[in-house]
Amino acid sequence: MTAPQSPDNNPRRAFIAAAGAGVAGLGFTAIAPGLHLMAVASDANAANAADARKAGTAASSAVRWGLLIDANKCVPGCTKCIDACHTENGVSEKLPDPRQNSQWIRKIELVDKRNGRVTQLPMMCQHCANPPCVDVCPTGASMKRADGIVLVDRHTCIGCRYCMMACPYKARSFVHTPLHEQNPEVPRGQGCVEACTLCVHRVDKGQQPACVESCPEGAIIFGDLNDPASDIAKRIASVPTTQVRADLRLNPGVRYQGI
Amino acid sequence: MLRLIRFLLMIAAMVAVLPAPTFAHSGDAHPQRTPVPNMVIENSAGKCVAPPEEMRRNHMEMLKHQRDLTLRQGVRGEPASLNACIECHAGKKTGSVLGKGDFCESCHSYAAVKLDCFECHQPKAGFKATGVKP
Repeated sequence: MTAPQSPDNNPRRAFIAAAGAGVAGLGFTAIAPGLHLMAVASDANAANAADARKAGTAASSAVRWGLLIDANKCVPGCTKCIDACHTENGVSEKLPDPRQNSQWIRKIELVDKRNGRVTQLPMMCQHCANPPCVDVCPTGASMKRADGIVLVDRHTCIGCRYCMMACPYKARSFVHTPLHEQNPEVPRGQGCVEACTLCVHRVDKGQQPACVESCPEGAIIFGDLNDPASDIAKRIASVPTTQVRADLRLNPGVRYQGI
Repeated sequence: MLRLIRFLLMIAAMVAVLPAPTFAHSGDAHPQRTPVPNMVIENSAGKCVAPPEEMRRNHMEMLKHQRDLTLRQGVRGEPASLNACIECHAGKKTGSVLGKGDFCESCHSYAAVKLDCFECHQPKAGFKATGVKP
């Protein structure tokens, strides 16, 4: 851990602030939610500064990346996180059977039938500490990186879809058609299973996942669960949070608040 | 005498029936044959990560080694990156390494080696995906 640098001599922070301003398009003060978003982003960035990896170094198991999603802040009808995810990761296919489209993140609506209370939440790969998709994979393509991000190695994936059966969160999708619109940093193609990568290509650069950056309510925060000084770890230590299907003891890296 | 004439006729007939193999493979007589690739590096910003002789022989090993390091261990910024290859080697006309006569395509079709990289990887330099609304 290094001491946090001042904003003046941390070029990455300046870059993220600039990128965030570019995304919001409105700067810091024009919209109240935007102000909140930037505050969250800079806090999380300060927490991540110690974990920014230099080129040529491997991901460290001292870090565990995770998300904390506040369902109370998630607005009905808003799909900004899904849009941002699809743009960032080049998920663009529209198949005749929409059930075959890839789905890296989706919105879920929970209704308490006794009193009609509606809860919205985004659901994606939960980046389990004990991922069942990795257990069942016959080729070793489904894997967990040292920093807790669960990925599919498409070089060895044979498309058997056993991991899709094993995942209790229905987080994985199978690509059914040849693709041509991939982003250079997010290769994906026919015959492989895929899921949320926690925007691993952005995280490795010290940026936040696209869904986190895009949420106008600041409902999703990203950070290192292992670092007690990080914003996400502090929140988890201070407010009640839930792991979805905690009974399965998968220890997901994505936590929810208000469900 | 008659026997000799019959024998010579037979030889002549055999020569006439035989194909002329020495002429068939010369020059441009076979237009369907893949031409020898003419490599022009159009967007070169600097030097390649290794000399051409080494790249020709070992680029696949370098990329394979790199992909496992990057994907499984998260090592970034190593020299043998497929995206970095594409940035320099994409053709000016197509913006891709995979168009007719472009860098990867021309050599791989000449050598008749199947190229799978671009079933998942983006062959165009500087491509920006748009995605769709759900």
